Amino acid sequence: MSDKTSVIETKKLTAKDFSSQQDVRWCPGCGDYSILAQMQRTSPDLGIPKEKFVWVSGIGCSSRFPYYMDTYGFHGIHGRALAIASGVKIANPDLSVWVATGDGDCLSIGGNHFIHTCRRNMDIKILLFNNRIYGLTKGQYSPTSEKGKKTKSTPFGSIDYPFNPPAVAIGVDATFVARSVDRDPKHLQAMMQRAAKHTGTAFIEIFQNCNIFNDGAFFDLTEKDRKADNVVMMEHGKPLLFGKENDKAIILDGLTPKVVSLADGKYSVNDAWVHDEFDRNPARAHILSHFTEMEGFPVPFGVFRQIEKSTYDGDTHDQIESFIKVKGQGDLNKLFMSGNTWTIE
Amino acid sequence: MEKDVQILEDVTIRFAGDSGDGMQLTGSQFTNSTALAGNDLSTLPDYPAEIRAPAGTLYGVSGFQLHFSNSDIQTPGDSPDVLVAMNPAALKVNLKDLKKNATIIVNTSAFDAKNLKLAHYDSNPLEDDSLEGYEVVQVPLTQMTMTALESLSISIKEKERCKNFFALGLMYWLYSRPIEATLEWIDEKFGKLPLIQEANKKALMAGYYFGENTELFTSRFHIERAKLPEGTYRNISGNEATAYGFIAASVKSKLPLFLGSYPITPASDILHELSRHRNFGVKTFQAEDEIAAVAATIGAAYAGSLAITTTSGPGLALKTEAVGLAVMTELPMVIVNVQRGGPSTGLPTKTEQADLLQAVHGRNGEAPVCVLAAATPADCFDVAIEASRIAIKYMTPVIMLTDGYLGNGSEPWLVPPVDSIPEIPVHFVAEGEEFHPYSRDENLSRPWAKPGTPGLEHRIGGLEKAHITGHVNYDPDNHHFMINMRQNKINKIQQDIPDLEVRGDQKGDLLVLGWGGTFGAITEAVTKVTKTGYNVSQAHLKHMCPFPKNTAEVLKNFKKVLIPEINLGQLAKLIKMEFLIDVESFNRVRGLPFKSSDIEARIIEILGEQK
Ligand code: SF4
Repeated sequence: MSDKTSVIETKKLTAKDFSSQQDVRWCPGCGDYSILAQMQRTSPDLGIPKEKFVWVSGIGCSSRFPYYMDTYGFHGIHGRALAIASGVKIANPDLSVWVATGDGDCLSIGGNHFIHTCRRNMDIKILLFNNRIYGLTKGQYSPTSEKGKKTKSTPFGSIDYPFNPPAVAIGVDATFVARSVDRDPKHLQAMMQRAAKHTGTAFIEIFQNCNIFNDGAFFDLTEKDRKADNVVMMEHGKPLLFGKENDKAIILDGLTPKVVSLADGKYSVNDAWVHDEFDRNPARAHILSHFTEMEGFPVPFGVFRQIEKSTYDGDTHDQIESFIKVKGQGDLNKLFMSGNTWTIE
Repeated sequence: MEKDVQILEDVTIRFAGDSGDGMQLTGSQFTNSTALAGNDLSTLPDYPAEIRAPAGTLYGVSGFQLHFSNSDIQTPGDSPDVLVAMNPAALKVNLKDLKKNATIIVNTSAFDAKNLKLAHYDSNPLEDDSLEGYEVVQVPLTQMTMTALESLSISIKEKERCKNFFALGLMYWLYSRPIEATLEWIDEKFGKLPLIQEANKKALMAGYYFGENTELFTSRFHIERAKLPEGTYRNISGNEATAYGFIAASVKSKLPLFLGSYPITPASDILHELSRHRNFGVKTFQAEDEIAAVAATIGAAYAGSLAITTTSGPGLALKTEAVGLAVMTELPMVIVNVQRGGPSTGLPTKTEQADLLQAVHGRNGEAPVCVLAAATPADCFDVAIEASRIAIKYMTPVIMLTDGYLGNGSEPWLVPPVDSIPEIPVHFVAEGEEFHPYSRDENLSRPWAKPGTPGLEHRIGGLEKAHITGHVNYDPDNHHFMINMRQNKINKIQQDIPDLEVRGDQKGDLLVLGWGGTFGAITEAVTKVTKTGYNVSQAHLKHMCPFPKNTAEVLKNFKKVLIPEINLGQLAKLIKMEFLIDVESFNRVRGLPFKSSDIEARIIEILGEQK
């Protein structure tokens, strides 16, 4: 038996080993396919034994994800993926626990669990498939749909202000917050790898095209002709530059970010804001997260912030261990006899 | 002054005062010392939902009732023999419950104009004839406490706060209780605050000696030790017993214990108790809400823990959808509902039995679970173990019902030898073993495969699953098959639970059938009417779903069946539905345990005045 195991272990796994034999039931052309493919490609390289992966989800198109990964998987109920995943992780911190969730699942019905999971720094990796629409229920607006959006449930335009997912995550001090997009496989894989290596809650917002109900929602950020002017890549230690010729920069004037041109000689690369992923102070990450709502600003992709903090699951185990050190392993008889007892003969 | 000692068989005392007066503490100390004195006992804490209601008000009154005896007793007592009233509001609220000619010990220091007005007294009841027939003992408890603590340099407020210990000391003297355990408790509790420690001890002793020296009492009382079965005892509340039961189940199953919970009255004490025992490897997770608590519990069960969630009625309502998920994924877990007065927020600190139908039926779809109910505070221990055993063996959620009275109430517990608790066998599928997530064993249970085991990677979830493979499946026939499979599995538990026992004749005119926390009151009522010559039998259900397999047979043997319940007849409904028989009901939904005398009256009403 042990020989067999070691043989299996030395055999390098491939994307195929992470693909379950179930038919994938997303609409043809859905951005979810790419996310699944990138995850299957990335998984063998994470240094995590296959049997230690647990994928948990809630309800929604994205939440079918666990069925397609040939790992342990749990398809939960609407909004509760993170709570289920928390139980898995606390029960067995040895497992690598991943959650696939959507904008409705994570931020509407599951909003409470999202903020509390981040707050606790539970060691869970969260992939938010943000398509800014309800797909599975056939096209109502979601908590990330832009204000004014016309959908089946908002024929006159939505009057809700949307959530800004990275801003919410940073607001509750999530320790790893990143953004990527379905149509940039390399970048998405890189973000998945970074998330896997992070100890603590790792949150990736993935813009995902729903070609049935919200087609093209992110085309400005993914299509070759437009992308360069609308996206800024955040890389640690590098200036925030964008534009076809990298001819535009973000500068920080006090707490106010500004888009400037490097073309007219007034500003140089040296004036640009240099991204620091590891800044403990969340202020700059916050500013970056709000670019999406600011006229004329590019949408940041990459890691907003990554900080270190002890995890809830780790602390639970530390407490148990140190308590056992002081009190000794629990003894039922001693427990029963604690307090005042008396004997009848 | 030597006082003569009167021997009593049985006493019911109620301590009552402001919620800030420490009545629960006083009551539990008296209980502890009474247990050490070897009496059988039963308690009923009764406190308001407000943490510190304005002092002196009627709705701020907090009470603790204790019944103790030289023989086996079943209830905290219908009506107190003695009331200790710390203020006018406490007197007013509790007077109607007392026995005729009960003794009332009043703290006269609190009977000033302001407190009388707060209690809506037009005139001072100590001065008019409204307490006629009672034996009123007037003691200026507050004032005497202040005098006793005169020399201590603590604030007036701090001194005043010691008055409950003065009252406790007096009661210790009056009922010949040992005082040492409370002195030790004070040392332990206030060791870091030496002045407060000294003050409380002084107040306690002063109360005790006051009893001895005053002429208010011409005699004191003694209650012989109860002749209980041999063994070592300790006093235990239902919530503590529940927590201990799960720790025992964890040890006996060798599964790590996980509790996912959200604070809710009156269940929080289980969370408190379990969170103290990290050295048993207990993981308590105080979640962000009831739903997260149960969802995390499901996750922990999936990962291979003995997974528990604890709550009360409103919380169970919130957990409903997730319990359905646990049914669908067929994972073992126990959901404890310490029932309280409903509906909605209802009476958070009071007891009720109105969640039975919710437990048995309250989910969308055909979602059968096993439901158990504890009968007494100490019984919660056994039921927690039984719930864990069934959950694991049948891979099913089990709902364990207790109630506010059982949870907070306490009684002596005959501590079981650890070896006498049977092991709970667990089988996890091992690497290399043949594995299909929804195959079935002889109990119709599906296999439990722990994440982390190489080669057993599989997916489960809330969507309907194909028989054996566990793949998502929408086939009509498969769905029909699985619906029946889940039901049959729960029905199968019937083969594995004890028969319903009948106390008294096995055949006759009347069977009193109860369930849950009314066991004590029903037993007392049946015992009493039997003594007066009636022929009445009693049976008490612990397994509410499925029922014991001989239930139909038992019911058939009686001309009439009376079901007393603290609801509008929920067990009665289930019995009628399942066995197509008519039953009589007795229902009082007052947020309080039954008085056995009320059940007695109903039995006599059914059987007719004695021939
Ligand atoms: S509805 Fe949209 S999100 Fe859902 S599977 Fe189809 S394309 Fe994808």
